[in-house]
Amino acid sequence: MAKHETPMLDQLESGPWPSFVSDLKAQAEKRAKNEEGINFQIPVDVVDDLLGVLELSYKHGRTHWKHGGIVGVFGYGGGVIGRYCDQPQQFPGVAHFHTMRVAQPGGKFYTTDYLRQICDIWDMRGSGITNMHGSTGDIIFLGTTTPQLEEVFFELTHNMNQDLGGSGSNLRTPADCIGQARCEYACYDTQDLCYDLTQEYQDELHRPAFPYKFKFKFDGCPNCCVASIARSDLSFIGTWKDDIKIDQEAVQAYIGGELPPNAGAHSGRDWGKFDIQKEVIDRCPTECMWMDGKTLKIDNRECTRCMHCINVMPRALRIGDERGLSILAGAKAPILDGAQMGTLIVPFIEAEAPYTKIKEEVIEPIWDWWMEEGKNRERLGELMKRQGLQRVIEVLGVDPDPRMVQEPRHNPYIFWKEEEVEGGFDRDINEFRKYHQR
Amino acid sequence: MEYEEAKQKIVDELTKKGKTKSKFYFNDLAKILEAKPRDAKKIVNKLVEERVLEYWSSGSTSMYGLPGTGKQAHSEGED
Ligand code: HEM
Ligand code: HEM
Ligand code: SF4
Ligand code: SF4
Repeated sequence: MAKHETPMLDQLESGPWPSFVSDLKAQAEKRAKNEEGINFQIPVDVVDDLLGVLELSYKHGRTHWKHGGIVGVFGYGGGVIGRYCDQPQQFPGVAHFHTMRVAQPGGKFYTTDYLRQICDIWDMRGSGITNMHGSTGDIIFLGTTTPQLEEVFFELTHNMNQDLGGSGSNLRTPADCIGQARCEYACYDTQDLCYDLTQEYQDELHRPAFPYKFKFKFDGCPNCCVASIARSDLSFIGTWKDDIKIDQEAVQAYIGGELPPNAGAHSGRDWGKFDIQKEVIDRCPTECMWMDGKTLKIDNRECTRCMHCINVMPRALRIGDERGLSILAGAKAPILDGAQMGTLIVPFIEAEAPYTKIKEEVIEPIWDWWMEEGKNRERLGELMKRQGLQRVIEVLGVDPDPRMVQEPRHNPYIFWKEEEVEGGFDRDINEFRKYHQR
Repeated sequence: MEYEEAKQKIVDELTKKGKTKSKFYFNDLAKILEAKPRDAKKIVNKLVEERVLEYWSSGSTSMYGLPGTGKQAHSEGED
């Protein structure tokens, strides 16, 4: 029997998609029955009260959550987000309802044993409600009380060798694609770089001193499975400099139908016979592919490594051998000025441990600049927009590169500085007058 | 700047402003310390460790305050 009447929430369950309301009701009932005999450390009816307060918010058309809080685990400024209900008498189960963020394993590789362990901790010391995974990429534990925070932290760190992630104005939990562990498109070891930077920048992760949040994401290739280009302040995308490797026999096998395109990913219905012209060559965004008789040709100088042809014919086409990554900066969600994708700031850099160049020549100069000149709550992408790409290039100490230009003639207000011009701004007036009358 | 001097400066300044404001951005602290962010951070970390300052977080933004001053009632003008 539900603790609170929730007619408006019930209505949400009638839609065609799985409903969070149904999930919460199931969880409320599970806790009430407690067939596993869990020694609950927070109110047993936390989930009932969560449903209750949400129903009340719908009824009032206003939230009953307060904003933010002082809670955390000792020494960490992130990883815990305080949430308090402003109707604690009516809904004591959610009087405290703090969020905890747990750093997800690289590439989100879990064992079932690991998942059971974290769920056991959270069933006992929290609401049992999780969000797998938050938009940052980490595991989110939703809803516990203040006294349980240190307990959960202790169990995670001591029994599971598992740290909290980031929240607030700090480095957020870095996230990566599965990379070389499973994927032959990976141009660098995403998990190694992700782990290395996570260890290197522990202070930035746990002790917030940035103007606002800062995210790293790592994609092994331009397929961007973790969408780093749209979701991170610094996005590391694998790429290569040399040629796409072509196996002409396999190309013929795709044409002849012996190999299914896209490794069979679209085989659920009949799309007709594979047509390399229509499905690959005509779809190359830079129009740099053609058939020369029975031979597939690629003008690699023009290729932007969009991955399309490789995705369609993975057995015939493979990434090049001179591998590394590109770095893009400044992607962010709306709030100010609308959503923004990353801007290319480093076209190519090698990605070999210990990644000194990436740290000292890209990450740290960018942070120094943003920490000094970024306004409170200004994302890197907003600072880049405010001060311009020219300033970013100055900060990095690199030469401008046509590949950094998204579209030409976008901004007419980019001026030469005197030191950039041969001979400066002084001219020989007599020489000038030889060609131009007064 | 000596740590003790820095601490005094922060405590004085935050107490002075405490009537109208209880939570401060990291940048506000760096300004009080007249230090570059990296140097200011070392001092601020130590102040938190010694519980001279405490963190406040909205979830997306972090701020700092003297212990006990960042109470909800205070920010809602009701203490
Ligand atoms: C390489 C040569 C040139 C460059 C790089 C150049 C660049 C520019 C730029 C950046 C603007 C400002 C656009 C804006 O306000 O949005 C402009 C405006 C203008 N330019 Fe040029 N320009 C060049 C040659 C010329 C020449 C040869 C003429 C005329 C004979 C000319 C006539 C004008 C006029 C009339 C405007 C004002 C347009 C307006 O106010 O809307 N420009 N030019
Ligand atoms: C109308 C109501 C709400 C609005 C408009 C809102 C808006 C936001 C925004 C804009 C952020 C920043 C997102 C980000 O940093 O990526 C955020 C973060 C967050 N909110 Fe809310 N929020 C609302 C209600 C709530 C409620 C009721 C809770 C919990 C009970 C909550 C928990 C959080 C948490 C844990 C974060 C941190 C997420 C993060 O840093 O990525 N919010 N919220
Ligand atoms: S981003 Fe590329 S390398 Fe990483 S998993 Fe996706 S396809 Fe593979
Ligand atoms: S990767 Fe993209 S741009 Fe390069 S050849 Fe293939 S389809 Fe064309």
